[in-house]
Amino acid sequence: MEVLQLLISGISQGCVYGLIALGFVLIYKATEMVNFAQGDVMMLGAFVAVSFVNLLDLPFVWGVLATLMVMGLVGALLERLLLRPMIGEPHFAVLMLTIGLGFLLRALAGAIWGNEPRALETPYAGEVLRLGAVVLGYENVVIMLGTVVLCTLLFLFFRFTRLGIAMQAASQNQLAAYYVGIPVKRIYSLVWALSALIAGFAGVLTAPVSLIDPLMGFVGIKAFAAAIVGGFGSLPGAILGGLLVGVVEQFAGLYLPTGFSDVSAYVLLLVMLMIRPQGLFATMQRKKV
Amino acid sequence: MRFIRKTHYAQDINLFRHRGDVFWYGLLVALLLVAPAGLDRFYLGEFAQVFIYAIAGIGLMLLVGFTGLVSLGHAAFLAVGAYTHAYLMNLGVPLPVALACATVFSAVIGGLVGIPALRMTGIYLAVATLAFAVIVEQVLTHWVSVTGGFRGMAVARAELFGMDLGRPAPFYYLCLLVLIGCMFAAMNLLRSPTGRAMVAVRDSETSAQSMGIHINRTKGLAFAVSAAFTGLAGGLFAHRIGYLAPDAFTLLTSIQLLLMVVVGGLGSLHGVVFGAIFIGLLPQGIAIFRDVVPPAVAQLPGLEPGIFGLILIGFLIYEPLGIYGRWLKIRLFFEEFPLYRKATHKRQKSFLKTERLR
Repeated sequence: MEVLQLLISGISQGCVYGLIALGFVLIYKATEMVNFAQGDVMMLGAFVAVSFVNLLDLPFVWGVLATLMVMGLVGALLERLLLRPMIGEPHFAVLMLTIGLGFLLRALAGAIWGNEPRALETPYAGEVLRLGAVVLGYENVVIMLGTVVLCTLLFLFFRFTRLGIAMQAASQNQLAAYYVGIPVKRIYSLVWALSALIAGFAGVLTAPVSLIDPLMGFVGIKAFAAAIVGGFGSLPGAILGGLLVGVVEQFAGLYLPTGFSDVSAYVLLLVMLMIRPQGLFATMQRKKV
Repeated sequence: MRFIRKTHYAQDINLFRHRGDVFWYGLLVALLLVAPAGLDRFYLGEFAQVFIYAIAGIGLMLLVGFTGLVSLGHAAFLAVGAYTHAYLMNLGVPLPVALACATVFSAVIGGLVGIPALRMTGIYLAVATLAFAVIVEQVLTHWVSVTGGFRGMAVARAELFGMDLGRPAPFYYLCLLVLIGCMFAAMNLLRSPTGRAMVAVRDSETSAQSMGIHINRTKGLAFAVSAAFTGLAGGLFAHRIGYLAPDAFTLLTSIQLLLMVVVGGLGSLHGVVFGAIFIGLLPQGIAIFRDVVPPAVAQLPGLEPGIFGLILIGFLIYEPLGIYGRWLKIRLFFEEFPLYRKATHKRQKSFLKTERLR
């Protein structure tokens, strides 16, 4: 039973990693930029939700919807102001830029909301669900359900809507997409908006489990490891990588000496990079001379 | 403007381009040598810190700026150098030997990290080095018998031939001496075939390989050399802070080192020095800034990292060549004084260079 309990809490933590990783992958696939500030965007989303739900007293669902709108706007704005001038610069420069952006967002959140940890008021906090001998917190159930729903919506979006198909086209071959009349620049902005929205959603989901403070964005680094384990550039891979990292972390925390839980994500990453550098779901090929 | 008449091929790889260079750098070194006479203890310490940053920066610049491999984990090499040095010093090993051991040990670790890193490029490499740095940080925390864990470990007093190097002035000279040595080593490396091979690998792996350069060996060597310089800086750093704890070598330190290289100007040794001065004096600048602005702003938590981020973003968007690039532009303006054309440094329109093959 203990194993099952661990497995489930690992999966629920892994869902959060997976959602952040999804944001990384979306942006990378579409624009070939690596957004290292994805975790900090998630942190921002959690704080925006706190403002709407706790401070403005909006009903929970409306507060979350408003948060998602705001985050979408933030994402599009970030792309337009900071990332658009960087098109064509080396990848390394973009990576550094988003690291700087992470610092900036952290300082901004600290300045606006302060550095004390806060908790998001949710209608479902504290309740537990009993399935046989397994005890599940409602917040964990909501995380898992939310992830499943979001992934389904994303799948439908990419499969059936014009915009989703246009995004796929832009991510496969930008030049060709441009030639057939897809406004690639606007697609970039929308992809950033979508990815910030997903990060905001992850922030809202994880808020009841972990407290909200400006440093919670560091989870993003683990999610980044998850994205690479899954094969950078594959959407199902990102979720799967997230789950894998979450579960391994839980088991390492119990069965291995202290300290291993913190590094297990990185050990997993290094092992993966040595055995199968292209990740679980390979989308990239090695360049041969 | 000076035109150099070249009469010999070897002139292309001279350490100094002409007599003017010799004069100005000589003047700089002379000024730095007499500086302790006129500076107070605090500023001597700050200068020593800048020298240490510069030594670590040379290492990182060789890797990032000249070989084109990005490392987000150089704080780990700094830590390896610092802890090795402190451990040996506490056992009673003399300073030069301990410093040499720290350098060599870091180089070995760097080479070992470099081997798996050879298969990766771009962001994969950056993240792999980051993972390595996190693992090293955890090892420092949990290997209590050697590193002292969270409590940290004290560093023995620096002594050489009965001279106390812990005092500001001798320590300043020690750092200066090591920095000048490292500078010469790096300059010599970069004009040798090995250094040229590194630059070739940075510019195009395909063409480097077709010219007969062993890419993996070059990359591995770059990692080892880079780690060696950084480890050496770590040894000096241990004396500078006097008490080692894992929180001195976090991800933030790695990013600070990278910030130094980027802000100084990628791909030039001048840039290392400019970057080190910038990073070393930035905390002072921010302290002054806090005094000037109204208290509501000065009290903001996280002001310092925020300013860091802002500066980094500003440089990347408006001056990707860093402080050294800006200096070159200013110099050109005066050299060609009435004839300077604004379009000289106009950036070419560039397009996304894809790394994907599908």
